[in-house]
Amino acid sequence: MIRHLAGKVGGALVSLLFVVALGFLLFRVIPGDPVVAMTRGRPVTGDQLAELRVRLGVDKPLGEQFVDYLTAALQGDFGTSYVYSRPVMELIGERMWPTILLTGTATVLAVVLGLWLGIRGAWRRGSRSDRISTGAALAQWAMPTFWLGMLLSLATGDLFPSGGMRYPDTPPDFLSQAVDVAHHMVLPCLTMIAVVYAQYLLVMRSSLLEEMHADYLTTARAKGLRDDVVRRRHAVPNALLPTVTLVFLHLGLVVSGAITVETVFSWPGLGLLTYEALTGPDLPLLQGTFVVLAGAVITMNVFADLLYRVLDPRVRAS
Amino acid sequence: MALVVLLAPTPAPAQQTVTLRVAITQQVDSLNPFLSVFQAGTEVGRLMYDYLTAYDVKDQRPVEGLADKWESSEDRLTWTFHVPEGKKWSDGQPITAKDAAFTYNLMMRDEVAGTANGSFTAAFESVTATDDRTLVIKTKQPQATMLALDVPIVPEHVWSKVTDIAEYRNDQTPVVGSGPFVLTEYRANEFIRFKANKDYWRGAPKYDELTFTYYKTSDAAVQALGKGEVDLVNRMGPAQFDSLKDKSGITRNQAHGRRFNELVINPGAATRTGEPIGDGHPALKDVVVRRAIAKSLDLDAIIKRVNGGYAQRGTGPIPPVFADYHLKPEPAHPYDPAAANADLDKAGYARGADGIRVSPEGRRMELRLLGHSSRAYDEQAGEFVKRSLADLGIVVDVQIVSDNQLNESSTAGTFDLVFSGWGTNPDPDFILSLHTCDQRPNADGKGGTTDTFFCDAEYDALYAQQRAEFDPAKRRELVQKMQQRFYDQVPAVVLGYDNALEAYRSDKFASFPVQPDPGGVIMAQNGVWGYYGALPVASAGQPSGSNTGLIAGVVGGALVVLLGGVWLMNRRRGARAEDRE
Repeated sequence: MIRHLAGKVGGALVSLLFVVALGFLLFRVIPGDPVVAMTRGRPVTGDQLAELRVRLGVDKPLGEQFVDYLTAALQGDFGTSYVYSRPVMELIGERMWPTILLTGTATVLAVVLGLWLGIRGAWRRGSRSDRISTGAALAQWAMPTFWLGMLLSLATGDLFPSGGMRYPDTPPDFLSQAVDVAHHMVLPCLTMIAVVYAQYLLVMRSSLLEEMHADYLTTARAKGLRDDVVRRRHAVPNALLPTVTLVFLHLGLVVSGAITVETVFSWPGLGLLTYEALTGPDLPLLQGTFVVLAGAVITMNVFADLLYRVLDPRVRAS
Repeated sequence: MALVVLLAPTPAPAQQTVTLRVAITQQVDSLNPFLSVFQAGTEVGRLMYDYLTAYDVKDQRPVEGLADKWESSEDRLTWTFHVPEGKKWSDGQPITAKDAAFTYNLMMRDEVAGTANGSFTAAFESVTATDDRTLVIKTKQPQATMLALDVPIVPEHVWSKVTDIAEYRNDQTPVVGSGPFVLTEYRANEFIRFKANKDYWRGAPKYDELTFTYYKTSDAAVQALGKGEVDLVNRMGPAQFDSLKDKSGITRNQAHGRRFNELVINPGAATRTGEPIGDGHPALKDVVVRRAIAKSLDLDAIIKRVNGGYAQRGTGPIPPVFADYHLKPEPAHPYDPAAANADLDKAGYARGADGIRVSPEGRRMELRLLGHSSRAYDEQAGEFVKRSLADLGIVVDVQIVSDNQLNESSTAGTFDLVFSGWGTNPDPDFILSLHTCDQRPNADGKGGTTDTFFCDAEYDALYAQQRAEFDPAKRRELVQKMQQRFYDQVPAVVLGYDNALEAYRSDKFASFPVQPDPGGVIMAQNGVWGYYGALPVASAGQPSGSNTGLIAGVVGGALVVLLGGVWLMNRRRGARAEDRE
């Protein structure tokens, strides 16, 4: 077990190191002089440009820049954002919580909704309600998130704010702030749920379908158990396994998946930060968000792997 | 119950304060006025800090800022500004000439402090405050921008304690400033909140608070205006602007803008020393070809179809909002494809068998046109250019690429045609300087901000003259001549000047000062008149329309709760029945 754990974690660390290096190389091949991009459209002297290059460290040869970047990155320092003139990790730290709040809530709700509909669909497969719920989920999954978000915002009229996380004039006490944030979260959360629950529904539905004809279910039925009980106590727990893994794998991706939703609803999270870093381009910020997003995926992969071993004795045995 | 609360729109503010709520779509990069370069950031800086002089709301001429009087020496190298008594920082300390001297000296001494506005002090020899009221600036050479120094003056008693400008965020609220508003809360990328400065020397604003809420997309901002979450929005697209037509409680402002769109024609890219770079089509070095391209473009049609009619026809780089400097060319290039074709025939660009022209050197007339993927304008206008030039027997390959790719290609000269655009200032110096030979890149492709690679001795001579010309009438004439030269040589075709499209809640704010008046903008002014002079309607204070929203919200919420309850009850009953069995 320990050996297995060490292997997984070691592999993850190697991947992370690779990501850090890739983060540097990838963003250096983006064409464009960041200094020119930053100063375009305003009066600057040649001296100012040169000074900016020195300050941003882009005047050094590429090799030297890479060594500087790598030594700093290994200490968790991704430099200073060009645009905000603030440490990258500080910016990311600030923006992480709104994203975790939004995507966390949306994921939990989407999982619950997806599983519930998936179980019902499989149990009454082919019925009208199954066809409708599967069809609707697939249609929403296929819809452009951007468009769906705008549509929701338009359709709900004055009920929900069109963007942001809170109003500037909300009283500073905790309850008012919490209500305000929750109020702002409704639309982005609904949009995210609408788009992602389909995959949980489909996975749950198909894995439950696989179990449906298993002998132990026949046995359970033969014992005279009600259909509902057979489903809840016997079939579902066994079918849950692939879904749990899927949830964990997706948790890592959820952060990056929030980019569109956060952009539509101006939600001040990591996704929006990434989008802004890209349009800059704000190289240090881009590298920082890249490593953090990739790191989240890698970490969640390790968790999913370990969890699977815990949940499924067959994996442990092999 | 929680659901009911969630569904209620805008929570009522704690007390009845009148707030002007503005939507911004560009982020504020920094609150530190020495570092902030984004438009939104500098606009926030203007609210907090006055400049030495200000731009008049009507015609943008220099008027009283922190200084109320000024004079310059005979040789134009020494400027004396008088800072009158009675103006105060928001913490009550008097504003003196020493604060201004401190600010300029800091920028000259500390390179970081020169990040945003260093070009204004680059030619300063010395700045001294001879006493609390008198500021003397000596410059190395005459500088025409001395009454247009866009440098926020900061309080010495606060900033002299700052040891590292690069690290200083200036977000310790309330931030001590001299402007009509005092920053009281800042949440990066969420909102910024100001209180009116009751002791402002021009008089306090007519309302209590000003907030800027950040929206990533202008669609969201326009929706927020419709829902009454914000009171003022700008940077709208034509379709968004049209959608607000005849909406009750909303007034639109179609203003003369400061931006222009242009089609740059690579006239032979070269470095500052004249080494040719890039791979522009050689035929474009011929002014006949460039003029023919200009004549073949139907600017009115582009404005009508691409700008939705919200633009004005282009001539020179200075838009008509600056009426004194705007060029009315003589002779003009009229839209005349027939004449353009005849000119090309005459100059030896014969059509081949396939109808495509071939240059006298034997190169087929096939041009690449680069456009920004971030601007819908480029793609649509690109089709126009393609069709217009097809009528001339010139093939155009429209390539829509990322901003960076476009910047890279345009700096390296690896383009034939490219869409570009700039915003202009009341002082024409900067926008004209972009087309001087000096602005071309150095040998390693850096250090210049040229747009067109234009390099013309006559233009450069005129540029140097206007820079040292202090007689407004004569300077106007020189600026016109420069633009005429630019227009004749056609390194770029100025396609049009975008209108600035804005809208506000007229059920909450009765009027806003526009700059220039009439026809000008409310937001993104050269000054803060729009925010400062906003007049709330008499009964303002409660956003209208939110009552119906509130009722609908409560009713809707209650309904959802009720339905949920009924459903739960049913489940319960079902479960119990099942257990009984």
